[in-house]
Amino acid sequence: MKWRVPGFALAVVAVLLFPRFAGTYPVTLLQEILIFGIFAMSLDLLMGFAGMVSFGHSAFFGVGGYVAALALTRWGADGVNALLLPAAAAALAALVIGYFSIRVSGVYFIMLTLAFSQMFYAVTFQLAWLGAEDGIVGVPRPRILGVDLGRSGAFHLYLVTLAVAATLVLWRVVRSPFGHVLRGIHENEARMQAVGYAVDRYKLLAFVVAGTIAGVAGALYAQLVGSITPEAFLWRTSGEALLMVIIGGTGTLGGAMLGAAAFILLQSLVSSYTERWMLLLGVTFIVLVLFAPGGVVGALRGRIGIRA
Amino acid sequence: MTLLELQGVTRFFGALSAVNGVSLGVDQHERRAIIGPNGAGKTTLFNLVTGHLVPTRGRILFAGRPITGLPPHRVARRGISRSFQRNNLFPRLSVLENLRLAAAAGGRGSWNLFGSVARLREPLARAHEAAEAVGLAARLADEVARLSYGEQRQLEIGVALATQPTLLLLDEPTAGMSPEETQRMTRLLAGLPRAVTMLIIEHDMDVVFSLADRITVLHGGEVLVDGAPEAVRADPRVYEVYLGTDAT
Repeated sequence: MKWRVPGFALAVVAVLLFPRFAGTYPVTLLQEILIFGIFAMSLDLLMGFAGMVSFGHSAFFGVGGYVAALALTRWGADGVNALLLPAAAAALAALVIGYFSIRVSGVYFIMLTLAFSQMFYAVTFQLAWLGAEDGIVGVPRPRILGVDLGRSGAFHLYLVTLAVAATLVLWRVVRSPFGHVLRGIHENEARMQAVGYAVDRYKLLAFVVAGTIAGVAGALYAQLVGSITPEAFLWRTSGEALLMVIIGGTGTLGGAMLGAAAFILLQSLVSSYTERWMLLLGVTFIVLVLFAPGGVVGALRGRIGIRA
Repeated sequence: MTLLELQGVTRFFGALSAVNGVSLGVDQHERRAIIGPNGAGKTTLFNLVTGHLVPTRGRILFAGRPITGLPPHRVARRGISRSFQRNNLFPRLSVLENLRLAAAAGGRGSWNLFGSVARLREPLARAHEAAEAVGLAARLADEVARLSYGEQRQLEIGVALATQPTLLLLDEPTAGMSPEETQRMTRLLAGLPRAVTMLIIEHDMDVVFSLADRITVLHGGEVLVDGAPEAVRADPRVYEVYLGTDAT
């Protein structure tokens, strides 16, 4: 794919320069897209590459968000720790949840991951220490490596840098020997076992990597909106990420970012005209799944393939 | 030296015994055929050796060490590899990738999250060797789905071979093949390195007699006859079970 590298570079430049030409609201939307794009890409690592459909990915987004919020409001953390602590906490949560969930597969895996994430919702909703249903508010943007992220330009650069880093890391991972093992597991788990792979351990590591990156996305989200609530853990957050991945095209990574863009734009543009934006989203989703099962990226590839 | 030893291996499914008190030893470098009518317990026996099933009773020793009850991936890592009766491949991956995945199974390289696949030289070399051995060296880049059925059968053996096993279990390698494909497969199996000990389930008697050093006949989950091909061929009991249950 010759257009991949120049296309990616072009997109990065466009995203970087966007604030020069657009107002505050579109820039915030773009930043939300970047964050949910990171989140959806991390889910795509599980869904599209390892073949593990998780309906509880919000657990790690939420853990990341809460730990970042705590670190910035109460623990006096700097920017680096406001990323590393949420990432580590999300990794730990993924290790525990994954340890139990990967023993089952298919629908049971979906239900188990969903149950774990809902448990986080229930707990944060109750705990006064975490602000109960109001969550944690007034999360400041930290200083990172001497740069004050309170300045909007700096924060934008920070988000773009992390989105690029997450993309490059995931791109590398899915092409690594480990990534190929995940594809093998997706294709034929039983044969992978028969030739000698301890399949469960590979799945657990994939789950932890995906959870860690989701945790970073959650931390960024808390810094973007300045608060985090139990809603972050809700099944809806997981469901939205699933939709983003499917809309964009599973197993493509880039598609997850595009899917996040499509979802968030649709949500914000249509919801300003009508309350029934979910209806339109539903119809769009059905049409896409029926006529472009490979998602946006799949459809694009088909188009390019025909022309070539 | 006995490489694989089964001691009174029994497996019940509910009240039914699929394999009943089977004791047998396979010598290193031997090529052993397991034959018997349908339902004799041949594939169950393989599943017990490879850890896909756990014996209800009995012990299985490989190279002198017990492997009874080990999960399949641990059995595979000890050096036992198998092909399946029905193709069990990675359909959307290339031939090379199918073989490379199998070849890399034992190594630590597979835990590398950031490296390049191309740098896993040893598995890659073994994948090429396996492709050569099963006659697919010209099809490396092709997706499995584009291979003919016979070629997929060859790849099935190749994937098992790529793990560099000391013991190779082949479950009906010629199943569903045309006479020409069967001939080619027989030549291919005969040409595999002698260092690999082979245990083969096969219905085609031409294949069996052209490959096997020794034959074990299973019937009703028990060993009926165990001996050199000529002895088995001459044994009236063998004809009886075959003609009695199904007219092969």
